[in-house]
Amino acid sequence: MSVVAAETAEVVLSSGWFLENAFIIPIIPAVAFALIIFFGKRMPMKGSEFGIASMVGALVMSVGAGYQWIQRVNGAPEEAYIEPIIRTWTWWQNGGIPLGIGQHIDGLSIVILIVVAFISTLVQIYSTEYLHGDRRYTHFFASLTLFSAGMLNMVVAENMIQLILGWELMGLCSFMLIGHWWEDGANSRAALKAFFTTRTGDIGLLVGTSVLYFAANDWTQKTLGVSGFSIRGLSAWALSGEPSSTAITVGAVALFIAAIGKSGQFPLHTWLPDAMAGPTPVSSLLHSSTMVVAGVFLVARIFPVFYEGMNIYGSNVNFIIVIGAITIVIAAALAFVQTDIKKVLAYSTVSQLGYMMMGLGAGAWLPAVFHIFTHAFFKACLFLAAGSISHSASHHSFDMKKDMGGLRKFMPITFGTWIVSTLALAGVFPFSGFFSKDEIIDNVGYAGYTIFMWVGLLGAFMTAAYMTRATYLTFFGAPRGAAAGEHHDEHDAHGHDAHDDHDAHATHDAHAAHDAHGHDAHASHGPRESGPLITIPLIILATLAMGSGLLNAVPFGSEWENFKKWIEPRGQVVSVTGIDHSAGSHGESRVIQPEARVTAGYESDCGKKTPTDGVCYAPQLKHAKFKWSKAALSLAIVAAGIIISWFVSVQLYTRRNKVLVGLTQRNKLLGAGYAFLVNKYYLDVLYEKIIVRSIAYPISRGAYWINQNILDGIVNGAGTGSKTIAGWVYRNIDQRVVDGAVNKSGDAAQGAGSIVRPVQSGKVNQYGALLFGAAAIGALVLVIINT
Amino acid sequence: MFVNQFLMLAAILFCIGVYGVIVRKNAVLVLMSIELILNSVNINLIAFSLRNGSADGHTFALYVIAVAAAEVGVGLAMVLLMYRNRRSVGLDELSGMKG
Repeated sequence: MSVVAAETAEVVLSSGWFLENAFIIPIIPAVAFALIIFFGKRMPMKGSEFGIASMVGALVMSVGAGYQWIQRVNGAPEEAYIEPIIRTWTWWQNGGIPLGIGQHIDGLSIVILIVVAFISTLVQIYSTEYLHGDRRYTHFFASLTLFSAGMLNMVVAENMIQLILGWELMGLCSFMLIGHWWEDGANSRAALKAFFTTRTGDIGLLVGTSVLYFAANDWTQKTLGVSGFSIRGLSAWALSGEPSSTAITVGAVALFIAAIGKSGQFPLHTWLPDAMAGPTPVSSLLHSSTMVVAGVFLVARIFPVFYEGMNIYGSNVNFIIVIGAITIVIAAALAFVQTDIKKVLAYSTVSQLGYMMMGLGAGAWLPAVFHIFTHAFFKACLFLAAGSISHSASHHSFDMKKDMGGLRKFMPITFGTWIVSTLALAGVFPFSGFFSKDEIIDNVGYAGYTIFMWVGLLGAFMTAAYMTRATYLTFFGAPRGAAAGEHHDEHDAHGHDAHDDHDAHATHDAHAAHDAHGHDAHASHGPRESGPLITIPLIILATLAMGSGLLNAVPFGSEWENFKKWIEPRGQVVSVTGIDHSAGSHGESRVIQPEARVTAGYESDCGKKTPTDGVCYAPQLKHAKFKWSKAALSLAIVAAGIIISWFVSVQLYTRRNKVLVGLTQRNKLLGAGYAFLVNKYYLDVLYEKIIVRSIAYPISRGAYWINQNILDGIVNGAGTGSKTIAGWVYRNIDQRVVDGAVNKSGDAAQGAGSIVRPVQSGKVNQYGALLFGAAAIGALVLVIINT
Repeated sequence: MFVNQFLMLAAILFCIGVYGVIVRKNAVLVLMSIELILNSVNINLIAFSLRNGSADGHTFALYVIAVAAAEVGVGLAMVLLMYRNRRSVGLDELSGMKG
């Protein structure tokens, strides 16, 4: 295996403390979770200080690791293989299979670590204000911290088992956070729906992991000496030409089903918009950097398995790209009919996740990961801006049509950050979304999937249009409802009567508690700007939404492609024995590679041919050449989306244009389409009424029939028979023979019982004391006899 | 092999459990104390099993865990019924078994 070419270059990769100890990052919030649970309520800030401190700690460590990773990459030649920093310990053993826990730190984990820690920190700071005075404030921070710990653990995971651990932790915490205000039935239903829907996908994760383990374990043990759960082992195995196409396809499809559930892809996207029932900071965290990104991360993490299993670059279509494309369009279409501002953002998240999946399916690994990165900032910013509006301007309502409008004058900071993030989301040059989304579309076309490139462009048009609609309804036009300073009736009734919007209803309770603490910020009931704890995170996120695209600004030339240099795994054939870890301190490693392969511009055959003199850890990826002509097309489409949507919105919502208003009522076809969208393609009906019923109802009905007819028949028959026998026994044996004996012995027992009766005090504790006393005496007797 | 330390730990846990059973008036806390006692026994079983180098103790410990789970299930159901009927889980108010 280790045939090293005659001319070799020794590549020394530097390392450092932060890189070597990155496994500590998820442990920090996990410890903070325990501290909050045990001591949170007694702390001056009710436990939020632990949460924020732990997230800052995780952020510092992530940034440190990121800095050292950049040093490591910059110190190596341009095309050299950069070894990830892998550490592993045995966690537990089962039937001779050791299950490890550790870290697998490469560019992908570094970038997600930084994003997660950063967004979590901001969200926690924001929450201290947003949930001020909430009745379960401490528990909220505990769940939020554990949620981040789960995601961080998934990101550093060395093997699939550790990844599942983080994955499930997130599932559990999302359940707790979405159902945070569980007193309202709608919230707890949304929490259950999120949990069950993602669990449906999780079956795929378990199946896929075990299929891949049994297929890969022998090869990985023999060749690399690692288990078949190891991410590095699976990656190398997938590209080795060893796996049978059935095994790897089944494994990849099963794992992708898990990603569909977690990342809200069609057809399991229905839980994501309902998850808006949670507090807004939760939505922000859930939709930007954790939870929903988990599925995309899974695909990016063990990309070689999907690369081989789905035949990416090979055939015309594959499962991932199709699901991604469907998701883009259907979610964007749904965003048009929403009146709840958070639901617009939720469907926009679903649609953007579709872009990431489509990118991964087309082999555009880097643009997809870069889109995770930029999307995290602008989507977190949009959600927090929506929260800021509901917190300070619209009386905890999220209804754009009823309670918003004209807010740009009252909330200049929120408005500015919203506009920046909207432009980034729509992909307007030079905001960050342009650099990532346009790259995905471009690379999808470059890889030969022309139809899907047009789907991507259609999605870009729709994104621009529905975001313009939402912006218009929220910030322009005349103020309506709460935004116009109208006093909600239910405000006085402390939010216990019927309310259209369940979320607003629940927030109301928090608000009632708020009032009770005597910090009434609602002295004047008009809309106004939020406090600094809310606006500062918004400003930071908006700045990043504007500037983060420059990290991989392909249009400006290759020297701007830092993200590609630092993050993208290099598809290089690496000799199995060619890595020397003994050198230097701090895990410095030396990779010995043929001279030719470390020079710039070299393209290996990884992913195309079976490597003969080593293993590949990543396929050689293709990159589209940027052309302004192609970018101009997508920018023109985005501009058209904004302009058309703006005019339609003005006509529809302000001028009350006679042709447009009520069009869906007058035209049957459009009306049917509208109803189809409002009912979310009837998918919820399909799942809850048809699938669940058709499976659960016949089972329960069958069980009921068996119970009524067979079991009851047996029981009744036996009952009648025994009753006849019993009657005879009673008359002859019981009354005459037994009773006589019993009465006599009863008398005797009563005499004896009256002696020990005082012991039976009826106090359980006393019984316990007697029992243990007797046992102690028994033990003493045993000891004495045996000595 | 540090069997002594294991046994000491088990003994301490056992004493805490017994103390809880005798002193506590809250039925739930008594149930928890019983769990402590069962687990101290588990520690003993596993400690001896380690010293003797056989897996019998482990097996027994697993049985004990299963039995403990069932016991807690029944116990909590009883506590729930108690609460429903009397609106409290205080054991000192329960003397229906008085002879």
